[in-house]
Order: sequence, then C-alpha cells, then structure tokens
Amino acid sequence: MRYPPVRLRALGAVGCVAALAALAACSSGGSNGSSSSNSNSGTVTVAVVSNPLITGQMIPLTTSNFEKQYPGIKVKFATYTEGDLRAAIEKNVSTHSNAFNVVMIGPYETPLFAKNGWLTNLSKQYIASDPGYDAADLLPPIGKALSYKGDLYAVPFYGESSMMFYNKTLFQQAGLTMPHNPTWAQVESFAAKLNQPGKVSGICLRGLAGWGDNMAALDTVVNTFGGQWFDMNWKPQLTSPPFVEATNFYVNLVRKYGEPGAANDSFNQLLTLYGQGKCAMWYDATVAATSIATTYPDVYKQTGYALAPVNKTKSSGWLWTWALGIPQGASDSGAAWKFVSWATSKQYDSLVAQKYGWSAVPPGTRTSLYSNPDYKKAAAPFADITLESINSTDPEHPTLNPVPYTGIQYVVIPQFESLGLTVGQQVAGAIAGTESVSQALQAGQSAASQYTPAQLSGSG
Amino acid sequence: MTLLEDLAPPPEVEVKPRAVSRRERWQLRLPLLPALIYTIVVTQIPFLVTLWYSFQSYFWNTPAPAHFNGLANYKTVFTNPAFRGSLVRSVVMTVTAVIVAMILGVFFAVLLDRKFLGRSVVRTLMITPFLVMPVAAALVWAGPMLDPQFGLVNYLLQPFGVHHVAWLSTHALGSVILVMIWQWTPFMMLIVLAGLQSQPSDTLEAAKVDGAGAFATFRELTFPHLRPYIELGVLLGSIYLVNTFDAVKAMTQGGPGTSTTNLPYYLYQQVNNAFDIGGAAATGVVTVILTIIVATFALRMFARVFQFEEA
Repeated sequence: MRYPPVRLRALGAVGCVAALAALAACSSGGSNGSSSSNSNSGTVTVAVVSNPLITGQMIPLTTSNFEKQYPGIKVKFATYTEGDLRAAIEKNVSTHSNAFNVVMIGPYETPLFAKNGWLTNLSKQYIASDPGYDAADLLPPIGKALSYKGDLYAVPFYGESSMMFYNKTLFQQAGLTMPHNPTWAQVESFAAKLNQPGKVSGICLRGLAGWGDNMAALDTVVNTFGGQWFDMNWKPQLTSPPFVEATNFYVNLVRKYGEPGAANDSFNQLLTLYGQGKCAMWYDATVAATSIATTYPDVYKQTGYALAPVNKTKSSGWLWTWALGIPQGASDSGAAWKFVSWATSKQYDSLVAQKYGWSAVPPGTRTSLYSNPDYKKAAAPFADITLESINSTDPEHPTLNPVPYTGIQYVVIPQFESLGLTVGQQVAGAIAGTESVSQALQAGQSAASQYTPAQLSGSG
Repeated sequence: MTLLEDLAPPPEVEVKPRAVSRRERWQLRLPLLPALIYTIVVTQIPFLVTLWYSFQSYFWNTPAPAHFNGLANYKTVFTNPAFRGSLVRSVVMTVTAVIVAMILGVFFAVLLDRKFLGRSVVRTLMITPFLVMPVAAALVWAGPMLDPQFGLVNYLLQPFGVHHVAWLSTHALGSVILVMIWQWTPFMMLIVLAGLQSQPSDTLEAAKVDGAGAFATFRELTFPHLRPYIELGVLLGSIYLVNTFDAVKAMTQGGPGTSTTNLPYYLYQQVNNAFDIGGAAATGVVTVILTIIVATFALRMFARVFQFEEA
C-alpha cells in the first residue's frame, strides 16, 4: 500500500537520471550556443588534426618561435583526430560559436564552407595586401582545391597525393621489381609473393571506417577501375559492376595479403606497422614519406616509391591538403591571419629545416620547395615523385566516365560526410569478414538512395 | 534518498502529526532547494531543448536554418534499422557484461572472504581494474593487450596454437564486452564481499553443526543472504554499463561495420558524423522513454531489495 508514492517519486527521479544520461550522449546537441568567443584580444585558437607534422612540429615551433616573434599573440591549440576534428569544426562554423578563429580543413570542406559563407575570403581580405605571402607559389592543384570562385578560402599547411611505398630489400630478395607506374594487378601479384603471414604482410591498406580513412584509399581504386559514386543524373552507382569489382578487389587484397586487423587501421597505425618493417608494400598518403624519413631511419633507407597503382585510368592518386582557414566573423582575425600566414609560409619551411632538417619540411604545398637545392638533396628519394603525384591529380575530372561532382577520394556534397561514413563502415565490415562485399555495397547503395537527386545536386 | 524517506514513517501509526506551519515547511525544504534547482537546470531544461530539437529538421552541415518538420525524425528513428541494431547491441552488451561480471564477482568474493596470508594485497590488486579510468583501460586493451601483431594476449596464447588473431576485427563485440567485464567484476566482487562479511557467523556454525556441506551451506544460507546484494550490484552495474561509450570509442569506434555500435555511440555518430541534430534529439528522446520504462521496473525491484534488507 505504500507503493504508489514510491513509484511516482521514483519515476520522477528516474526521469531526471534518464534525461541526464541522454544529455550526456548528445550534450553537443544542446549546448552549442553558449560557447564563448575570445574576449582577450590577440588570442588565436586553432583546431588542428593530430598528425605528426602538426603535433611534432607546428605546435612546438609556435611556442618557440611565433609567440616570441609576436609577443602580443597567444596561440592555443585544440588537437583532434581526423573524425573528431571535422565534427568540432562543423559545429563551430555552422553555429557561428567562434570557439576557434583558425580551423584546419581540407579541399572537401573549403568549397562547401565558402559557399555557405562560413569562411573568410583570404585572397581578398589578406593575400592581396600581403605581397610577401606569394600565393602564386602554391602548387596549382592544391591552390585550386582550396579555392571557391577563384579565391582562396584556406591556405595549405601540407599537401599530399597517394603513392606506393615498398621495401626494396624484400623486393630484391624475392627477385621482383616495382615499376614506376604499377598496375593494381601487378601489385596483387607482388603482394601474393611477398606475404609471409605472421612476419610481413604483402601489402598494408587502410580498413578503418571513415570517408577520410578506408574510403580514401578505396575511392582511388574505384576511380581507376572505372567506377563512380553517382552518374550524371545523381543516381547512386555503388552496385554498378566497376564499383563492385573494385571493392571486391580491395577487400580481397587486404583480406588475403593485408595486415591482420586491417578494419581498425588507418594512416597512423599503418605508419607504425610500416616503420617496424611489417609491410612489404604500403599504399597511402605521399606525406608518409616525410614521417618515415624522420621517424624510422632504418626503414627509410630500404624504402622505394612508386606512383599510385592504376587499372583503367592513367593516374589514380588522391589529392588532399590540410589547410588553415579563418571562420567568418571570428574574433582577432588579424592575429589569426598572422598565424595562418606564418604557418604556411616559406619562412616556416626554413624554420623546420633548421630545427628538424630539410627532409622534415611539410611537403606538397609550394612549387619553390621543389626547386630548393637543400630540400631536393635531403628529400631526394621522394621529393620528385610527390610532386609528380600531386601534379597528376585532377579533382574536377576524377573518374573514367564523366560525373556531376568534384573530388577524387570524396564527393563535394554536404551529404557525403554521413554517406561516406556509412559506406566506410560497411566496407570495414566486409574487410573484417562480418559481411560480404555485395551486402556491404547493397547497404551503401540504399543509404545513398535516401537522398533525391535534387538534394544531392543542391543548388549548385 | 527518496527511498529512505518513503520507508521512514510506518503507516500503521495513527497518531496525527503535529501541524507543521507553512514557514516550518519551507525551513525544511530550503536546504534542499539549491540542489533541486541545480538538478532542474542541468537536466530538465536541456531535456526540453532536446525535445524541441527533435521536432526540427536541423543539420549542422547545411546553412539552412532549423525548421519544424513534425514527426519526421521520430518516423526515421522507428524505421531505421541502425537504431534497432544499436538498441539490440546495447542490450546484449549490458546483459552479458553484467551477468558474467556478477558470476565472476561472486566467485572472487567467496575466495577473498577466507583468511589467508597477504589477503589485503590480493584484495587491492583485484579491485584495481575498477579504479582505472574507462578510457585508459580501453586504450590499454586495444593496444598493448589485443593488438594482432604486438599484443600481449596473442603472445600468451601462442603456445596454444593461436596466431595473430585480430581480436578487434574478428571478435569486436566480444572484445568490448571483455573489457566491460574486466572493469566491472571488481565492483560486483566488492558488493558481494560486503554481503558475505555481514553474514552472521553463528548461522554458518549452526549449519556446520547440522552437518551441511560447503556447497549446501552456500546454496541454502549464503546465497539467499547475498540475494539483495547481487540484485543491487546488477542494478547499479546495468545503469552504468548501458551507457558504455569509452570502450566502444577507444577500441573499435563502433566497428567493424556497425558490429559494436551501441546506443550511446550511435547517438554520438548522429551528431558528430551526420550532424543530424534533429534526428539525434529524436533518438535521445526515444532512448529516454525506453530508459524510464526499464528503470521503473528496475526501481520497483530496488525498493523490494531494501524492504528485504529491513525484514
């Protein structure tokens, strides 16, 4: 008979607990408006990705040099993994909460954000009145990828394409030669011969779900196999024969000759594996060369480089750059540009060279770096092929057949962020063996089909 | 605190309480008020905001402002297989982890209840997993322990013919549950141990005199005595484990595929990867309703546990 009050009050208490739990899970959903902007003038808050060139160089050099050079400016860093960075930045710029006055973004975000009016036009606002910056020196594909209607909205910190790294010693022992421009069929046969389960994987490939993770590598394979995400009418093509063939190829390659546990591996994990001599081949970002050279000198000596493998197209490398932009309406934007221009300048390169050696300089952004004799000497094994890889990319014509979108290893539409992750999860499932490739792509196709062509094409 | 309050006045007492003046009542309430207001501000107001968002189409990655779209988000929640999948996975993870942790907890508690040399050291060691930060535990398990190439688990299992198992790919759900069990067994053990140590020794002696064996004593005396403690452990464990996020995020990021995506991680992905604020809010509201239903049953049990105690 004492139950009713208990239950009622208890229910209230549970309601509170439950609400609290739900809020914890989606706290980022409700509390975005309250983030404060920096009132302290001269404070630059930078959201960056936790890659070696940033955590190992940019952050310490900022403290030791930039802040000494500009004592009035205080720089604060917020480091995130790639996936978390996107979420943090998207939230920040779209809600205008201005928690960051410098954001690290790439060629996927830059045109979309610029179109939405979320980024400062750097060309007009700053570069035009800052002749020392020399924007004409930026590598053409990189500069183009960071532009919207001809103006730069972000400037590159480092740039990359994709290429093949391989262990020359292992190739020699097996009597194999890697051509400069290999095909995927050749790579598969090399992987079969070089794979020694438990000791060395034939090839290391990304499997971790994410459009910037496993899908980046897979998309380049899809493109060169003649596949595409959408046809000219924005009809999803994930179950079309070339897309299926490419995905089957990739998944089988990594399941048969790839590293164990591939479904959890992306750039940083593979860098460690390769650096410890566990991979005979590794297909990944060209920028890995810089990390190998600085972190794993022994493996660096044995490393050979080849262009991204192809099938039906002439080249297949991706194009990416981690670039710095300034959100529209950010506070202290003058100080923000000082930092952005410092971190992406030629002077920054010499600073890195002084401290860490020329081979450690962030690659792939400026033409002048590739004619610098010091850099050419120090980075001789990989400088030319990096430049060649980047220059052979064309994000505006990424596929064999015409497509209505731009972007090589991504599709520049807002929906791709979610779609790419969904398909990436499915592919990771196929790599782990929890589902088949056709099931995975079927699920991807239906995820893509939930958008109408009108939604996908947007207003542009 | 609700419970203690409810249990305090015996209903049979017929004496009419002294009339309490309005002022006195407020004097009694006043010290509680700050806590109450704080609770309302940090739970109920955000919940109302979430409720509001759940009827909106609001995406962070498009410049379009939020607009009312009726029940569309709720329709998506109920038709979306991803939501159902993550719900089922949440249940599987919680139930398995709680049950296994409790069985192990009882086992270890019984062992630790004996007197032996170095007992306090062993007890401290056994409790340690519960004291480790969940995310640190998950990272240690994901890296040094379960890594297919460098992991300790594979190294130790090598003599038994286990070679380079990619635990986090091929046994992802099991690996995550394993870490949950590893962390929560000590908690269960502590609660059961407290129960064991509160067991009067005279009943046990009496049982011995009556000629009951160790197993019979456990089944007939110890276990019934432990029952409320076990129920309490199960209840508290379930409340915490159903919210598991750290282990999923740090070990598998919900993958491979969606094989370890539980409800909290699914919600996180809806906000952080799809930027679908309306959809995430609707999922959150549905989750709250489901939680209230489950918790009501659980709380009834909770009340019974305490009554049991009193009797």
